[in-house]
Amino acid sequence: MRDGAPTRAEVCAAAIADCFAHDGEILANPIGTLPVIGGRLAKATVAPELVMTDGEALLVENIVPLGVDNPDKVVAGWNPYRTMFDVVWSGRRHVMMGASQIDKWGNQNFAFIGSYDAPRTQLLGMRGAPGNTINDTTSYWIPAHTTRAFVPAVDVVCGVGYDRARDLGPVAGRFHHLGYVVTNLCVLDFETPENRMRLRSVHPGVTVDEVVAATGFELAIEGNVPVSRLPTDDELQWIRERIDPTGLGEEEVPNP
Amino acid sequence: MVPDKRVTVDEIAAEVHDGMTVGIGGWGSRRKPMALVRALCRTSAKDLRIVSYGGPDVGLLCRTGKVREVVYAFVSLDSIPLEPHFRNARQSGAVTTMELDEGMFLLGLQAAAWRVPFLPTRVGLGSDVMRLSPSLRTIRSPYDDGEELVAMPALHLDVALIHMHRGDRGGTGQYLNVDPYFDDLMCMAATRRFMSVERIVDTADFLAAGPPQSIRINRLMTDGVVETPHGAHFTECIPDYPRDEAFQRAYTASAKSDDAWDEFRARYIDVGEADYQRAVRP
Repeated sequence: MRDGAPTRAEVCAAAIADCFAHDGEILANPIGTLPVIGGRLAKATVAPELVMTDGEALLVENIVPLGVDNPDKVVAGWNPYRTMFDVVWSGRRHVMMGASQIDKWGNQNFAFIGSYDAPRTQLLGMRGAPGNTINDTTSYWIPAHTTRAFVPAVDVVCGVGYDRARDLGPVAGRFHHLGYVVTNLCVLDFETPENRMRLRSVHPGVTVDEVVAATGFELAIEGNVPVSRLPTDDELQWIRERIDPTGLGEEEVPNP
Repeated sequence: MVPDKRVTVDEIAAEVHDGMTVGIGGWGSRRKPMALVRALCRTSAKDLRIVSYGGPDVGLLCRTGKVREVVYAFVSLDSIPLEPHFRNARQSGAVTTMELDEGMFLLGLQAAAWRVPFLPTRVGLGSDVMRLSPSLRTIRSPYDDGEELVAMPALHLDVALIHMHRGDRGGTGQYLNVDPYFDDLMCMAATRRFMSVERIVDTADFLAAGPPQSIRINRLMTDGVVETPHGAHFTECIPDYPRDEAFQRAYTASAKSDDAWDEFRARYIDVGEADYQRAVRP
């Protein structure tokens, strides 16, 4: 087992766990390495009521480790892609997705950079981002917080941000809700009167100035910004022994 | 007694004509009808409109010059997130696209399968899906709520190509992995429907392999069936075989230069399915 002080990746995992901690009995659907670690950490500790998948088409009630071949699964449901759309459209889900670009309203892009006809860089495509954001709470995980990712305007809107949701009016936009944006440097939210992105906390060892310099638009910053909490000993044990025994999170966010 | 709908891979490929819309089953780099795709690459068909939860099927068809337009929500190799040949085709402007949300894509197939012109959904509102495809329309609810929704148009297919684990000679098909994907909808949205299978079995043997609900493709959904062992290679076809990650890396490397592609194509595409299987099997 790994020991020693909490790493940056483990701080991120705890911050991600907090994103899902108060969701109640919904499908917590983190996508990506540290989101999965953080999501499973929430279910293992403070939020056992969360429903989660094995990363594919099964719902599982036990805490499945990452990076382990053929892990034991306590299967409690069949959730193929078609059923996942039923869940998304019925509103009982909180997804955490990646973002190649995001703006101050939370508009997100991971489809392409440049023009639609012949993009400079073709990325994933729309995937499920339009449907996720118009139907359910959506959070984002950005493992490299840079001005390339945090941009004044995204090249194409996949995930819907607050300005566009507001333009849709109170009916069409009524299920739109962005939760948090967690990065390797900080936690952000949209808890300002106009739902502009706000710096919620900086990870231990990170300064507000560093976050500002890595962000390509003006963040809402109120007073003294809190420091993200450290994971508890119990959480560290869960991460190191049960959830991520091979240290995949440490590869995604190296300790500074 | 079931009818005999067995055909050959080349007979299926010959059903695809210039300008047709072709739906391809599977998801990403999972259970793709790759033997049929490879056969299609060897025909003279061109200007195709490909409808797919895209993987290497889309990349290969783009690279071999078959494609006019791709209708997609993503094109990915899963363990390699970005499909290299599709990327090159997009970035050079070689193909046009209709980029949709994954769920809108499902609704388009469902609308075609149910023979209605569209299905309403909230999905797409507020995002740039509507801007990228100006042909998409919204519709106002005729009921008291008056809500405005996206009218996702039916995605009619001329030909559907799918791959199943088991099938019988009548064109019934069975999947043995955990996710059926959208293969049944692909078939129901199409005019002509063709299925490759790992193995053709007696109809009476289906239930020895899986429960009744694993027999997802009934023979109302198919016009032809062909046995293509290892026919989804190099995509995942568990439990019969996993994705061939080493081959997928070689496929990805073939996008690095024209020379690399020419070598890959000569060795794996131009040779026919039997020689392909001899080349890739240990």
